[in-house]
Amino acid sequence: MNLPRITTILKSTRETQDIKTVTFKYPGDVEPGQFFMIWIPGVDEIPMSVSYLYEDIRGVTFRKVGAATAALYNLKPGEKIGVRGPYGNGFTIEGKHILFVGGGTGIATLVPAIEQALTKGITSTVVMGVKKRRELFFDERVTNSGAVVYVSTDDGSLGSKGFASALAKELIRDNTFTSVLTCGPETMMKSLLDMCEHIPFQASLERYIKCSIGICGQCCIGKGLRVCKDGPVFDGKTLKNAKDFGVYRRDSAGRKVRF
Amino acid sequence: MVDTSTQIASLQLKNPTMLASGIMDEDAGSIQRIIESGAGAIVTKSIGLEPREGHPNPTLIELDHGVLNAMGLPNSGITNYGEELKALQRAKIPLIGSIYGANAQEFTKLSQQMADYGVDAVELNLSCPHVKGYGVEIGCDPNLIKKIVSQVKTTVDIPVFVKLSPNVTDIVELAKVAEAAKADGIVAINTVKAMKIDLEVKMPILANKMGGYSGKAIKPIGVRCVYEIAEHVKIPIIGVGGITTGEDAIEYFMAGASAVQIGTGVYYRGSDVFKTICHEIEQWMKGHNYKTLAELIGVAQT
Repeated sequence: MNLPRITTILKSTRETQDIKTVTFKYPGDVEPGQFFMIWIPGVDEIPMSVSYLYEDIRGVTFRKVGAATAALYNLKPGEKIGVRGPYGNGFTIEGKHILFVGGGTGIATLVPAIEQALTKGITSTVVMGVKKRRELFFDERVTNSGAVVYVSTDDGSLGSKGFASALAKELIRDNTFTSVLTCGPETMMKSLLDMCEHIPFQASLERYIKCSIGICGQCCIGKGLRVCKDGPVFDGKTLKNAKDFGVYRRDSAGRKVRF
Repeated sequence: MVDTSTQIASLQLKNPTMLASGIMDEDAGSIQRIIESGAGAIVTKSIGLEPREGHPNPTLIELDHGVLNAMGLPNSGITNYGEELKALQRAKIPLIGSIYGANAQEFTKLSQQMADYGVDAVELNLSCPHVKGYGVEIGCDPNLIKKIVSQVKTTVDIPVFVKLSPNVTDIVELAKVAEAAKADGIVAINTVKAMKIDLEVKMPILANKMGGYSGKAIKPIGVRCVYEIAEHVKIPIIGVGGITTGEDAIEYFMAGASAVQIGTGVYYRGSDVFKTICHEIEQWMKGHNYKTLAELIGVAQT
């Protein structure tokens, strides 16, 4: 049933100055790449990709950017939230060697997929792109899982200086990847898609989501592709045909907002 | 072969299933997908003069027998929406522009702009149950309905449909007023005003508290409204409320509807629901020896 189930926060962990992971008990199977609608009663309900999966414990990782995320950021263990989902399709994790490219909080969406790839015996190379050193998170978790990790920072304070997509370009040139999975700023994902002419590609998109069950039309891209239901993960072929990918999103009123 | 084409005022529909307003109709791409899914006509999202963000989330939840929403009329405004309609100029099925306003003047302006964009008809949203100052707050007042409909009718040449609310004492009275003001059709019903409270946090789940209930649970209410309206008005009726299967649609036709709109059905049965329901209507008609939809309309009226 698509209505929030009340659960209590188990742990609230600070990952960086403004990023936290909140965990809670929630039954049922969840695929990496799927998302929950998290209801902060009296404030808002927002979509969040699963970032943590262990037995019946689920987690989401988010940056404090608005009223809803600020409220969730300040909630303490034992306090109540509503959860519905999981929604959407999740990543298809297969092949011999996957390149994961995560930008900013997009890293959180990829981590469960990286962990699943390694469990399946798939070699995993990960690019984590952030603005500066102190914004990096989950690097230990990803390294411990057995992936080869590369870091890029916009200001060069750690790893390669520049965008994650530039670092990924070099890796794609020097390696043979069976697929590229990405989540992060859409312009980054768009430039990656342009590099992946011959490599299977999957990207997880972010849109303003309202109903989350595929009827209100708020999150549509291309020809009526619902990010909440047909996505949030789309393959390269689909995205090449969606003329708004990497160009604009829509705000709460449905107005186009260019990236 | 059975003929499921239908006529509503001057609109010729190849089949009687229309997309209801507010579902997958915020942008041209989504509407294109629904056209390809076999709908006989499209009703746009309800559009106002200015962009409107709608209510905060939660805006929509599912309950046991239906869906409860308080989207709050989000829309990009008539100027921006023109861009979407322009991209649909070559659509081969009728496009009906749904509009909402606070008064007759707003409705008149909006209908004029919709007509300028080339829509085939307008639907006046006089029935949204969850936005203050709009929808049913206006649509429960016979005098306002009369004023709005007659002014819109003198402004545009395309058919004008009036979408009515079941959240009123006497929907028939309002339908009669709309007919007297020269409306070309009645659309019944909009969602039913409702609420869901979460027991653990002890508050309504929808951010707006109140919402509109749609889906299977409201079908008997819609059928009753259509039946009662059909007894008293001569203009065509478009039935809406809980239509999920071909048999649901047949029930509305028997009550007196000339076409039906499908909204929540897109959730229950996917975006191909239009094709699916059309197929089911045809099968039913074949099985019951009906050759044209016209033979079915209003047969339950005695």
